[in-house]
Amino acid sequence: MLLTATLFAPLAGALLVALVPAARQESARLVALAASLVTLGLAVVLAARFQTGDAGFQLGMTAEWVPAFGVSYRVGVDGVSLPLVLLTAVLTPLAIAGSWRMADRPRTYLALLLVLETAMLGVFVSLDLFLFYVFWEAVLVPAYFLIGSFGGERRVYAAVKFFVYTLLGGLLMLVGIIALFWLHQQATGTPTFDYEALVDFQKAPSTQRWLFAAFFAAFAIKTPVWPFHTWLPDAYTEAPTTTTVLLAGVMSKLGVYGFLRFALPLFPDGARWAQPVLLTLAVVGILYCALVATMQRDFKTLVAYSSVSHLGFIVLGIFAFNLQGLQGGVFYMVAHGLVIGGLFFITGMLEERRGTRRIEEFGGLQQVVPRMGGVMLVITLGSVALPGLVGFVGEFLTLLGAFLENRVYAVLATVGVILGAVYLLWAYQRMWHGPLEREENRSLPDLTRREWAILAPLVAAIIVLGLFPRPVLDRVEPSAQRVVEQTQAPSP
Amino acid sequence: MLFGQRLRALAGWIATLAVAAAFVVALAAFFELLSHPGEERTQILRGYEWFTSGDLRVAFDLRWDPLSALMALVVTGVSSLIHLYSIGYMEHDERRETFFSWLNLFVASMLVLVLAQNFLVMFLGWEGVGLCSYLLVGFWFNRRLLVVNPLGRLVEGEPDDTREVWAPPAAKKAFLANRIGDVGFLLAMFLIFATTGSLDFDVVFGEAGALAAGTATAIALLLFLACTGKSAQFPLYVWLPDAMAGPTPVSALIHAATMVTAGVFLVARTHTIFEASGTAQTVVLLVGAGTALLAALIAIGQDDIKKILAYSTVSQLGYMFIGVALGPIGYAAGMLHLVTHAFFKAQLFLGAGSVMHGNDDDTDIKHFGGLRSAMPITFWTTMAAWAAIVGVPFTSGFYSKDQVLAAAFEHGGIGLLAWAIGVFTAGLTAFYMSRYVFLTFFGERRWPEGRHPHESPPVMTVPLIVLAVLALVAGFALTTFTGEGGRFQAFLEPVLGAPEEHESLAAAAGLSAAATGLAAVGAIVAWLLYVRPFDWLALRRRWAGAWRPLAEKLYVDQVYEFFTVNLGGALAAFLARNVDQRGIDGAVNGVAELVGSSARSGRRLQSGLVRSYALGVLGGAVLIVAFLVFRP
Repeated sequence: MLLTATLFAPLAGALLVALVPAARQESARLVALAASLVTLGLAVVLAARFQTGDAGFQLGMTAEWVPAFGVSYRVGVDGVSLPLVLLTAVLTPLAIAGSWRMADRPRTYLALLLVLETAMLGVFVSLDLFLFYVFWEAVLVPAYFLIGSFGGERRVYAAVKFFVYTLLGGLLMLVGIIALFWLHQQATGTPTFDYEALVDFQKAPSTQRWLFAAFFAAFAIKTPVWPFHTWLPDAYTEAPTTTTVLLAGVMSKLGVYGFLRFALPLFPDGARWAQPVLLTLAVVGILYCALVATMQRDFKTLVAYSSVSHLGFIVLGIFAFNLQGLQGGVFYMVAHGLVIGGLFFITGMLEERRGTRRIEEFGGLQQVVPRMGGVMLVITLGSVALPGLVGFVGEFLTLLGAFLENRVYAVLATVGVILGAVYLLWAYQRMWHGPLEREENRSLPDLTRREWAILAPLVAAIIVLGLFPRPVLDRVEPSAQRVVEQTQAPSP
Repeated sequence: MLFGQRLRALAGWIATLAVAAAFVVALAAFFELLSHPGEERTQILRGYEWFTSGDLRVAFDLRWDPLSALMALVVTGVSSLIHLYSIGYMEHDERRETFFSWLNLFVASMLVLVLAQNFLVMFLGWEGVGLCSYLLVGFWFNRRLLVVNPLGRLVEGEPDDTREVWAPPAAKKAFLANRIGDVGFLLAMFLIFATTGSLDFDVVFGEAGALAAGTATAIALLLFLACTGKSAQFPLYVWLPDAMAGPTPVSALIHAATMVTAGVFLVARTHTIFEASGTAQTVVLLVGAGTALLAALIAIGQDDIKKILAYSTVSQLGYMFIGVALGPIGYAAGMLHLVTHAFFKAQLFLGAGSVMHGNDDDTDIKHFGGLRSAMPITFWTTMAAWAAIVGVPFTSGFYSKDQVLAAAFEHGGIGLLAWAIGVFTAGLTAFYMSRYVFLTFFGERRWPEGRHPHESPPVMTVPLIVLAVLALVAGFALTTFTGEGGRFQAFLEPVLGAPEEHESLAAAAGLSAAATGLAAVGAIVAWLLYVRPFDWLALRRRWAGAWRPLAEKLYVDQVYEFFTVNLGGALAAFLARNVDQRGIDGAVNGVAELVGSSARSGRRLQSGLVRSYALGVLGGAVLIVAFLVFRP
């Protein structure tokens, strides 16, 4: 019940926001913020009740939905999904606070953000494949409108591309889900979309390959895995910045979570069969997107490419099929959410002040907005995985996992660590250091109290989880271990 | 440590006292250590668990043994002096409280590095010092800095040529060069964990002897790659001279006395791994010797006083690596050179800072001359450090360099080559260091009109004096010619192992004579060129063909720049424009158009899209329902 409340609290909030009279749009902000904070509170209680050390699903709820077709409402969290639920619950109120000054239809915008939150939470907690698919596609709707009707100049192009591309992947997965359902019913006679039943169901290796490929389409596009990434720079760049925070911070985790929760346990043979391809694509993505990022002139696009590059590390860790890789991958998801969220928030704050995101328009900002510069430095260092900050834990474990599985891929990916520092530090240097050449930059105000409130939790989490990662690692470990065992299950 | 506005004036003192207190604590712990017999001088302090993942369990364990005690004493001791000096040097800087907080963060990170009991905690310190180096090199991020172009006055009548530089690119270069090294450290840790199942020093070193030769070589060389980054050895040394863009106390502390010696310490700390691989030891030896020679040559061609000292540091670090590459006979020698170098090079940098302080921040050696009467304390203390680095008998540098070279000679084989290079480089060292002091403090006054060189305040000169005394007596105090290799070696033996035999006194004296003699030749040549009334700039113009490559740093930077900036940049641009936008994205959009939904026709499409989405979902639903209804 608690989990269900957490899941639907944002949706209820969205309805309330929509009910706010048009004349009093400002109070919509308070309603939205309150709804997201209630969600956060519920998620914290959820985390407090979570039994560390238990690998299975907890705090769940099951209800019949369409019994004739074996569809049920079944939700639950384990060590893999719990951190992602918390991440979502933390980033959404920050994104709402970040949209505080929004003048254009704030009611609609905030309601859409809250709908997006419920949809994304739903993906993380669903334990029924039908329910999962519903949430998976439900994410698209608010995201499409957030980009397409609130975004920048090329918003329609970006939104359509994002929509069509991810929808296509989703439809292929749907075919896979139906096929799996059918096969299971053929074999057992019971219709069910239940996750655990379908995991336990033995599938022939050749079948697994086809089904893995169908799920791969959805997850690879959503993540995105290179070379399916080209919708992302457009979508992230054109979306309003607080939307980008949620897209990059949370939505980008849906794909990698899908691999971890569904593709690996459901089709271990298929995953093993595809492993070399996935590892190759991950490494190519890490290096390629880092190189492309160096050439970007728009800081937002640069961060977008950095996001693709970093997600390559997560895919690498997951497809290492060992504990370090998987556990590191989940930790990396959390770390990436915090860091990329911070980077996009800062981008938005700069854009609000200067009306541009082009790197060359800045320079010497450190002397004008030193506090913002300090925050930017911590977040940047978190992103380049400095030990002691959150990024390092995930990067070390995923690379170690990859190394234990296949040294060649790991060595190549480790080279990506250098490139990651190249593009981000270079951009940091060009924007924050050097001479203050442009008149327009001289009078920029430093962080406001509201902006502090947004950035301080992120900075604190980046430092604290870097030095004390165990609260997260310990909860992830048993569940990650279970996925490892499922992945290594012998072929039927 | 963040200080408010009111505490700004006190920031320097608070920071200095904190480090001095750390030194006192380290000293007390050191004496406590001495009270134990040799074999029991390893104490391990268990901390909380930082990282856990399956078999990987890494805790914040610290190690107090003779090696870490030695490093901790050098780090806190030299830091205390440099902190004190910085109070004077940074007096007029408006961000000095930031400066001191970073400087203290550096000391803390350096202590984590030297006290670590496992590779990951060491890496935390390793990266921490790198971060502080990055921050402090770029400390003057918005200030135009002038560096001397050594090609200035190559043509008669040409004015002095200075180049304007910015600190941030230098800081970034330092960070990136170190990042390349870090990849080595990371991969070494992965390989160590993959073969031994642990990152704890005791476990790993216990199994080092049982490693396959290939694995040991790979681990050792990967660790050494990290050393070439942090300790500025070939091929990654290029960041250190650029790092002189930082404030001079930073150059003294981080880029001469402490951080850059971390690589030498790493080799000593992991010596059992290096001992398991003869190949790796040979590589370290050759890289050390080669870098010593290369950097000494480049130092001859520089006119910027900080650059001369920077290349000198690179060269001296090469000697230390020669020492630790030789096995048990060289470890103590390498570490001794690390200690003495910390004293004399810190003095030299602080002395150079004092010269700059008294000369309007000028660094051009062509603008000094005859400063010895204007800045007597700076002069005499610098001469003491000069004596140490050129190896005047019975100064500290004489003992340490001599021990390194003697160990190389005795090692035989490839060690003889290192010995020959080391002796020759000792001559070059004497030449460029003598050139440095002669052109700065002796001869005619060449400073521009209107400048009034003056001595620095006591807060700066006291550290100079202390360091100068240490530079003179440390060698004598730490070693003796009697006993088993001297007290210093005996102290480190529980950690680093004992050499099998020792050279005889007679042979040692003979070998010392070779290096000392060549050094004397170098110094005399410098005297003839730079103190005697002699137009050395005319000589430089006449030999411009020989001068130019040295002044251009043997073109190493240009080669690197070609591969990274030009080739790497072209590749990135090609990927970004041609492959990503036209290739991959073009294909995606092409497919979309082929399907018939033109992705760029705006509004019409928007509605068309929603329709196709509805169609898709509907289609899916129909599919499911149809299937469920007609299912067999």
